[in-house]
Amino acid sequence: MAFSSRIPYLVSRISLVSIVLWPSFAFAHEQAGAAAGFLSGFAHPSSGLDHVTAMMAVGLWGAQLGAPAVFLLPVAFPMVMALGGMLGLLGVPLPGIEIGIAVSAVVLGALVLGSAKPPLWFALLVVGFFAIFHGHAHGTELPPGHSGLLYSLGFVMATGLLHAFGISIGLVHRWPMGRVALRTAGAMVSVAGMAFLWRAVS
Amino acid sequence: MSANRDSACVIRDCDARCAMRDTRRWKGSRLAFSSSRIPHPASRVPYLVSRVPYLVSLPAALLSFLLGIPARTEAHLVNTGLGPFYDGVSHLFIAPEDLLTVLALGMLAGMGGPLYGRTVLFSLTVAWIIGGVAGLAHSSEIAFPLSAGISYLVVGGLVALDRKVPIGVVIGLASSFGLLHGFLNGTAMVSSKLGWLGLAGVSAAVFVVVALVAAFVVWLQFAWARIGVRVAGSWIVAVGLLMVGWSMRGK
Repeated sequence: MAFSSRIPYLVSRISLVSIVLWPSFAFAHEQAGAAAGFLSGFAHPSSGLDHVTAMMAVGLWGAQLGAPAVFLLPVAFPMVMALGGMLGLLGVPLPGIEIGIAVSAVVLGALVLGSAKPPLWFALLVVGFFAIFHGHAHGTELPPGHSGLLYSLGFVMATGLLHAFGISIGLVHRWPMGRVALRTAGAMVSVAGMAFLWRAVS
Repeated sequence: MSANRDSACVIRDCDARCAMRDTRRWKGSRLAFSSSRIPHPASRVPYLVSRVPYLVSLPAALLSFLLGIPARTEAHLVNTGLGPFYDGVSHLFIAPEDLLTVLALGMLAGMGGPLYGRTVLFSLTVAWIIGGVAGLAHSSEIAFPLSAGISYLVVGGLVALDRKVPIGVVIGLASSFGLLHGFLNGTAMVSSKLGWLGLAGVSAAVFVVVALVAAFVVWLQFAWARIGVRVAGSWIVAVGLLMVGWSMRGK
């Protein structure tokens, strides 16, 4: 086998070893809390089911839409989301944040359920609109004493990986049964969004 | 060539096509990589599934690297015990505000092609050294929290856009951010007493990282790999936006 074709496998194994030997288990003494900025940022998106479902739905919808949306949505979403986070950090108020996040799950789930294929600009507009709410709500919750840079990095990476996870699942779109499963997943996201919406308004 | 090929060919009777495929594979690394796009006639693995290891490996490597970042991010307090040169080398790898800038510039240079890569490699390093020397001549440490955010927005944005940028602009960006980050590094070297050797260590690390990143991006052949680089650029922009927010908020 050519060496170049082995590189991804080598990288995967090196990554695995790096994770296993993750130095946070050996954090020493007074520095123990500092790098937690990255970890808290990385864990934050997955700590809220509303955020997770919406991010996954973006990935699922991107997979349904196919190229170039499947690539452009994950490129656009983190940037617009961070813009929302920046607005939050600057103290710019955004009304109905929780409702906006819940509606994002309802709408994105419905779009996956209906296998909607609007023009690219419209898809970017929809995803970008909801990204503002997610960024405003989640991007500003830095725990005291943590690094803002590492928190932001962890938060953005985790969001991107949730998209990637959604896209990976969405690859089942290639098969007829997969398309049905995908639309079912969209329905589930939409129902979950309605539950979030109920909680937000009550 | 291999046992797999032989058995597949016996089963499928496709000697001619396999021979052509194997010839392409062994002609060189670039062709070897591109020839892997040609599915084996006997293969029942869908193309996308066969690409999964490639899709996963880069984010996994980045993630594991970031998870491996040691606790403290205040790089100027680092003491490797190996002397100021290695303290300087380690500075870059545990100071994400500098490292992300260098990574972004490496990606931008790599997306432009080998010429951009070679030019940025030297212009960034030289600018970093000049800025560092100026910083060492300064008496006290200067903090400019917006520097990281600005460099992420500009360079990460260009990577995410994936538009052909004139080489003069790329050199200008590499020189400007090299001077800025090098100067801030230099002022920090004074207070942490790393001095010239520390600056030499940082500059060497910058040179190596830009060379590796730019070469890796130039080497990428497939459209999806280029999109992966664009996604990384968008993440850097996102971090930059949040960093500007943090800076203006005063955290």
